[in-house]
Amino acid sequence: MSAIVSVANLDKTYEGGFQALKSVSLEIEQGEILALLGPNGAGKTTLISTICGMVTPSGGSVQVGGHDIIDDFRQARRLIGLVPQEINLEPFEKVINTVRFSRGLFGKPRDDAKIEQILRALSLWDKKDAAIKELSGGMKRRVLIAKALSHEPRVLFLDEPTAGVDVELRRDMWEVVRGLQKDGVTIILTTHYIEEAEAIADRIGVISKGNILLVEEKDALMARMGQKELQIELQQPLSALPDALSGYALELAGDGRSLTYRYDTSAERTGITTLLGDLAAQGVMLKDVSTRQSSLEDIFVGLVEEKA
Amino acid sequence: MNYRAVRAIYIFEMSRFFRTITQSFVSPVLSTSLYFVVFGTAIGSRIDTVEGVSYGAFIVPGLIMLSVMTQATANASFGIYFPKFLGTIYELLSAPISFFEIVLGYVGAAATKALFIGVVILLTSFFFVDMQIAHPLAMLAFLIMTCVSFSLLGFIIGIWAKSFEQLQLVPLLVITPLVFLGGSFYSVSMLPPVWQTITLFNPVLYLISGFRWSFFGAADVPVGISLLAIALFTGGCLAVIGWMFKSGYRIKS
Ligand SMILES: Nc1ncnc2c1ncn2[C@@H]1O[C@H](COP(=O)(O)OP(=O)(O)O)[C@@H](O)[C@H]1O
Ligand SMILES: [Mg+2]
Repeated sequence: MSAIVSVANLDKTYEGGFQALKSVSLEIEQGEILALLGPNGAGKTTLISTICGMVTPSGGSVQVGGHDIIDDFRQARRLIGLVPQEINLEPFEKVINTVRFSRGLFGKPRDDAKIEQILRALSLWDKKDAAIKELSGGMKRRVLIAKALSHEPRVLFLDEPTAGVDVELRRDMWEVVRGLQKDGVTIILTTHYIEEAEAIADRIGVISKGNILLVEEKDALMARMGQKELQIELQQPLSALPDALSGYALELAGDGRSLTYRYDTSAERTGITTLLGDLAAQGVMLKDVSTRQSSLEDIFVGLVEEKA
Repeated sequence: MNYRAVRAIYIFEMSRFFRTITQSFVSPVLSTSLYFVVFGTAIGSRIDTVEGVSYGAFIVPGLIMLSVMTQATANASFGIYFPKFLGTIYELLSAPISFFEIVLGYVGAAATKALFIGVVILLTSFFFVDMQIAHPLAMLAFLIMTCVSFSLLGFIIGIWAKSFEQLQLVPLLVITPLVFLGGSFYSVSMLPPVWQTITLFNPVLYLISGFRWSFFGAADVPVGISLLAIALFTGGCLAVIGWMFKSGYRIKS
């Protein structure tokens, strides 16, 4: 596979002096679904906006399909479709007209059959003559997607496509995304939900404070991220772990009043059942039990520490 | 050159115009009629002729210019400010189009709308006054040049403006006074000498004068100078727009 989007040492410092991207390098493979995962303010939108032409880079370069996004902006941009994070639409315009407009803007000849196919796939065909202001929020997002697809892009950027979106639209959206992938379209989406990245992506990139921390195959990353903690509160404090329990990844905490057990949710066996059995066999009385998933924040902290 | 994009922008902008077609036509027709009733009939009955032309006819070119300049500015500034305000400008910035093509689409549409209105006012005025156009082709050329140059100015205002207030302020504070003081409703020779000199610094004077020449064959300033003024004005606007896009002024971060 070859890279369809190639980002090299990309820097972006905004006018106020804030550095939103710090020498970002990233290779996006042809035909893959890449999820960019990162907390708010990480620089996801800045990265996408720079690739797409809304933000002028301060340094570095980007190539799309082998075309430089500045020197060769026409060829590069023809390949790109963008669904922005904010719902930016002309309220008084008819759905079908704004989608046709997008196609024209990208230099494609009018093709009513193609537009119909796109609108149908997004369940928008019934609403094609409605003014945008009459649509619900979810419908508006569908219109944004239709606009991005109107010129048949080879690379599609979806910036937080599921923020504030209902289950039905989410399902439709993933269906459309998978269909596009089958046609060889490369898809880059941003999110701050792990579950979302897990559901759809082939590879996951983690971005924080303008740095790409890692880009990895989803399966490998999920195994690392799928850690959970079982917190066990004890009736009686323990001074030390009984030898019989030394085989478990257990940690004694809170002056011996609690035990922490780390396990992998994606593993076939979590070991919880046997652990609880062994605890009972040792005569350890439990007061309370709770579990905690490692949050994205924990993972970021972990990643940053690892890198340091 | 991405002609399809220019066409798409042009059609999109014109469709906004046609959606509010009644409003777009009724208001200039109505205001022109009022001007004729007040200036042409009420005041004009006391002023006999200006430079050998009946006062009613004399004010026609000025009236057309007044509307065309304000409409062109308003249409173009609104046309580009609206996408900025709504955020839909992301699409223009990410499309395979050059700044020149964006300007062509927006300014072309704004100028067309202003031209429509200019023609409507001209036709309306034939109901009120009896007149002949001495140089119809030159008249049309002046009209089109004015539509285009003021649409360019409007485009600049639309990119510069950060709020709807600013969007309306410039036309109100700058263009309307310049047009009124540019000899729309009087001949500069009617003013005291000091004001005649001051008026010569008003660029709008040259446009109205040239336009009036195309109607009646007489002008406040030579036609060649009018043409030069309009060319300079257009060139200046283009230069500013070129710089705005190069630097990403108020549209790109
Ligand atoms: N136009 C701008 N001017 C100045 N700072 C900005 C601008 N846009 C974004 N930023 C800052 O850059 C950082 C990254 O923002 P963004 O790319 O939107 O992050 P994300 O999409 O990951 O939430 C944030 O701290 C944000 O405040
Ligand atoms: Mg964002």
